[in-house]
Amino acid sequence: MSVHAALRLAVQTAFRRAENGFDTAFGPTDNPLRHLGALGFFFLWVLVASGLYLYIVVDTSVVGVYRSIGDLTRDQWYFGGILRSLHRYATDAFIIVMMLHLVREWAYDRYSGFRLYSWATGIPLIWLAYMSGIGGYWIVWDRLAQFSAVATMEMFDWFSIFNQATVRNFLSAETINDRFFTFLVFLHIGIPLLLILGLWAHVHRISRVDALPARRLGWGSLLCLLALALARPAVSDLPADLGQVALDTRIDWFVLFVHPLAYATSEGFAWSLLLGGTVLLFALPLLPHTRRAPVAEVDPPNCNGCRRCYVDCPYGAVTMEPHPYKPRHQIAVVDAANCAGCGICVGACPSSTPFRSNEKLVTGIDMPQQPIDVLRHALEERLTHLSGLTKIVVFGCESGADVSRLAAQDTAAFTLICAGMLPPSFVEYALRAGADGVLITGCRPDGCPFRFGNHWLEQRLSHRREPHLRTQVPALRVRQAWAGPTDEKALEEALHQFRRDLEMHAGEATHLAPFHRRTIPHGQ
Amino acid sequence: MANRPVAIAGQIVLYGAFAAFIGYFATNPRYQHLEADQALVKLSLAHFGDRECRKRTPEELKQLPPNMRAPMECPRERSPLTIELDIDGKPMYRGVIQATGLSKDGIATVYRRFELASGEHRVAVRMNDNLRQSGFQHVKEDTVTLKPAQILVIDFNPDKGGLFFK
Ligand code: HEM
Ligand code: SF4
Ligand code: SF4
Repeated sequence: MSVHAALRLAVQTAFRRAENGFDTAFGPTDNPLRHLGALGFFFLWVLVASGLYLYIVVDTSVVGVYRSIGDLTRDQWYFGGILRSLHRYATDAFIIVMMLHLVREWAYDRYSGFRLYSWATGIPLIWLAYMSGIGGYWIVWDRLAQFSAVATMEMFDWFSIFNQATVRNFLSAETINDRFFTFLVFLHIGIPLLLILGLWAHVHRISRVDALPARRLGWGSLLCLLALALARPAVSDLPADLGQVALDTRIDWFVLFVHPLAYATSEGFAWSLLLGGTVLLFALPLLPHTRRAPVAEVDPPNCNGCRRCYVDCPYGAVTMEPHPYKPRHQIAVVDAANCAGCGICVGACPSSTPFRSNEKLVTGIDMPQQPIDVLRHALEERLTHLSGLTKIVVFGCESGADVSRLAAQDTAAFTLICAGMLPPSFVEYALRAGADGVLITGCRPDGCPFRFGNHWLEQRLSHRREPHLRTQVPALRVRQAWAGPTDEKALEEALHQFRRDLEMHAGEATHLAPFHRRTIPHGQ
Repeated sequence: MANRPVAIAGQIVLYGAFAAFIGYFATNPRYQHLEADQALVKLSLAHFGDRECRKRTPEELKQLPPNMRAPMECPRERSPLTIELDIDGKPMYRGVIQATGLSKDGIATVYRRFELASGEHRVAVRMNDNLRQSGFQHVKEDTVTLKPAQILVIDFNPDKGGLFFK
């Protein structure tokens, strides 16, 4: 394992532990670590809302700017002051969740292949976020603003790309005029607008973007920032004085860390770190990473254009086009560049039902690496060999808890690419072909690397999503036990419990009528 | 969820930790940019170096189209600036600054900052803005008393008598 891979795995393990821990406190839907992107959007909207108010009340003249911002804190602490503090702390929160989101995507190896687009469009957002944040601190025009403006200009002058040493603009009060603040405010609106545009690009290829946190997480985060705003209102430093240097300042380390860095090392070093880091982020997908999975393939005779795969694909990789030879029908078309190879579409396709009598099960959309026909054969084959009092079939997935270790005399275990790949009809089929119960597992809720796999399957099993599990399947015989890679003990326990429950009800006539395909070939 | 009260307590602790983390690093630790008794000298000037201009003879002028009869003929290129700065007799800066622009016809700028202890200092600057002449056409030397945190800017402005401190 390369050093990079080892490091990534270590961080991944740390993230997984933290996420599981947070699940206990927040539950998956409100778990901030599982919804970092959504939280980012949320903090951005808090910034926009509080920023609008600040824009209305701030006087952008040299003499007025410092005073009008200070007045908010002094005379209007109960409203303007709170909004000002919210604006500041939401910036910090935004930067924190953005960075965590980045590290998390990296740690889970989610930056190459079909995710390259999301990754590459994410990187410029970091620069835009920092430009917005740093510019915001300048508007206050206190000592801190002066310090940051001069330090920034000294950094730019290191390149000497501007004809004039730009820092000369910050040497005496004469060069700072009202136009300067109007320009600053213009930038401080323009750059965040670019950021929003960039974010739109960042997520527009994904379907059903998780762009707002669940209600409780949203309120919790807002109250958390509000409490902070009340406990520690944002205040200005002394007014800027270009004849004096700020010997020591209270800086916002999340936003302004680059200044101490540049002074402690050198402008050149700071730039190499920033630019080198950016290049490294862009280059990461070129380093060795997991091989790209084969993409979904459509079989025209078996596609009737029902659009279910189109609706359920988490990456918007399916589009609908006119069917080549079925009049007035559509056909699914897979965009290979966007396809994650997750198989969720296979689970959505009505043609995936194993009850079809054809010897070879060909469905409308299938994964070449794990065709649905192979799964049916394996299921039939394993079921004929199961023995014992209570036979259980377990369906799991590659990203969740390892189910192969559960296989036993009385237990058959199948690992799918993603839990969402399982057509619910397979559950009924297993029960009619000899299983006493079907246990379904996969990543923890909101933990699916393909975003919706476990979620869709859960909805299909509970009759809330097409294609759903038929209602005559007795609930007693189907159990869900979502378990991540570190939850193998819990899964084992869930299987035992399921078996005990089935045995307790063994006397009841809840078995479905057996079904055998007419052309049963096995044993041939 | 397994246990509501424990979960809620957990949420409170985690939200609290998030707020505390932001609240602390949004202003702490204080950043000590310079020691309390220090001052700054900024050598910062922007100046067009001289051009070697030549007076055109009346005959030459006559040959030019009327709208181009400038009395002087100047090359585009400007002389670089040679600048020296001594503080308390110690050489702090020696530099030759090229004019900007592709044809070296732009302004030459320099910006350097020097951290000093506050108090009395002897500051001497010398500038040559014409390569063809030796020595320094512009010189400024003075004793200055710097208060802590004070910024002394060394600038150049022909209207203010050349090099000056402010
Ligand atoms: C500026 C703040 C950012 C916000 C608000 C944001 C938001 C989001 C959102 C909402 C998603 C969709 C998640 C989902 O619905 O499942 C997403 C996906 C993604 N983001 Fe960001 N993002 C930001 C910055 C970044 C950065 C800096 C990077 C890394 C360079 C990045 C990398 C990714 C990747 C790789 C995905 C794809 C995840 C997947 O397909 O499973 N993002 N982002
Ligand atoms: S394999 Fe996944 S990403 Fe590809 S088309 Fe099917 S559902 Fe979409
Ligand atoms: S789900 Fe199957 S039948 Fe429906 S459009 Fe997709 S491939 Fe065709």
